[in-house]
Amino acid sequence: MGQVSINENVMDLTDEGPRLKGMHCKNCGNHVFPMQKGCPKCTSDDVEEVQLGTRGTLWAWTIQGFPPKAPPYLGETDPEKFKPYGVGYIELPGQLKVESRLTVSDPTALKNGMEMEIVGEIIGQDEDGNDLVTFAFAPVA
Amino acid sequence: MSDDVAIVGIGMHPFGRHEGVTGMEQGAIAIRKACADAGIEWSDLQFAFGGSVAAGSPDHMVSQMGLTGLQFINVVNGCATGGSALISAYNTIKSGAFDIGLAIGFDKHERGAFRVSTGKAGERDWYGGSGMALTTQFFGMKINRYMEEYGISQDSLARVSSKAFRNGSLNENAWRRQAFTEEEVLQSQMLSYPLTQYMFCSPGEGGVALILARADQAHKYTDKPIFLKSAVVRSRRYGSFEVLAPSLALDYADGPTVDASKAAFEAAGVGPEDIDVAQLQDTESGAEIMHMAENGFCEHGEQEEMLARGDTEITGKLPVNTDGGCLANGEPVGASGLRQVYENVLQLRGDAGKRQVPNNPKVAYTHVYGAPGISGVTILST
Repeated sequence: MGQVSINENVMDLTDEGPRLKGMHCKNCGNHVFPMQKGCPKCTSDDVEEVQLGTRGTLWAWTIQGFPPKAPPYLGETDPEKFKPYGVGYIELPGQLKVESRLTVSDPTALKNGMEMEIVGEIIGQDEDGNDLVTFAFAPVA
Repeated sequence: MSDDVAIVGIGMHPFGRHEGVTGMEQGAIAIRKACADAGIEWSDLQFAFGGSVAAGSPDHMVSQMGLTGLQFINVVNGCATGGSALISAYNTIKSGAFDIGLAIGFDKHERGAFRVSTGKAGERDWYGGSGMALTTQFFGMKINRYMEEYGISQDSLARVSSKAFRNGSLNENAWRRQAFTEEEVLQSQMLSYPLTQYMFCSPGEGGVALILARADQAHKYTDKPIFLKSAVVRSRRYGSFEVLAPSLALDYADGPTVDASKAAFEAAGVGPEDIDVAQLQDTESGAEIMHMAENGFCEHGEQEEMLARGDTEITGKLPVNTDGGCLANGEPVGASGLRQVYENVLQLRGDAGKRQVPNNPKVAYTHVYGAPGISGVTILST
């Protein structure tokens, strides 16, 4: 039993951590996450899958203060055990802003513009007992 | 300005939680009240547009209302479902196809935040599974950024909620009728920073029916016809900041609210300065603040002072959400946009009782915003 990506169509789990798979439009250069088959900016369908950047800056954030409903949530939903977590948009230079969990849940430790990088976070287990890993962004140390 | 569509009858089933009453039954009750208000029978209606997101196909209502053979079309359009039913009815009358018809919206949602499932068949739902896909997070992020950018304080968020519950306490159809102080709002549980529990509306239940007729026939049904000057729905453009978006563009564009608002003002031939009362989407208190500017009623950042002055109170310069808004009424998605129009009809008729806006308001505005990045606006006049 090991660690597996929460969904291989949107995220590869490498030895260096999660890598997001996005759409790159060959016609206008636009990016979208996750991969899709048409570009919402220029309407072209001449698109390809690319790996998105792993570092960026925080653009907007909040703290999830109550357990989301399951389904669809795979994490802890027991109000007694639930721990708040950050959610934000990280601006990946030249690509897009990606929505992500944040490893920080203290509002005084988050500020728009701060440098962040992608890390893996175990969110639950699959049917075979493997850890399901999703992506999160953490402040660059 | 054309005066070709009038609202001649309105009916509402109270919003809230109604154990043992289906969403559709609440819709049927609203229709019977609207027919009584217009002095007509169900059999007089030539067409209907019905909106519901979670409470069944509206056209099934004909089996309890009466099998008259009318044209009945269902509308599902995210948070603008009710508004879209109204726009469809409006355009149907404008087109000349029919003379009198119905826009009906109702809904019944489970308790707690909306459950959003985004998974594709055969794939794990990574978005909701990872703890995103909550509408509440979007609202938290948007207002958090906005407060920093335009100097809006948390006290202003509390002021908006406190006003909503105060107005709701004057509304017999509202769900939340207990007034809360700003302190109580601030002290309630932090749900999605910087928004607390009493700053959020809840998914709920209810139904609203509106009867529309050709303006030149309106006086057959009512002494106080209210004219629908414009009704507009817009979807998002590339670069706007929307709810339930796993990624956003680096470019920035205004949201659909700005587009819908401009188009509605243009079609009605009036401007923000002409509006006497406004119902603005207040999914949470920050949304009302941002929507004041996005709908053209002020510049970004001016809201702080306007709220401190009480400009948006019932007795203020621009009364906003006089019936308590989504905050006090909850949000049954199919009915929510129609509730706003119902309230404005009451206000323009002078029938809003304890929450009546003074000095005979003449022009009124409604605005909805919601998933997946859609907005609907109407302008009514006496």
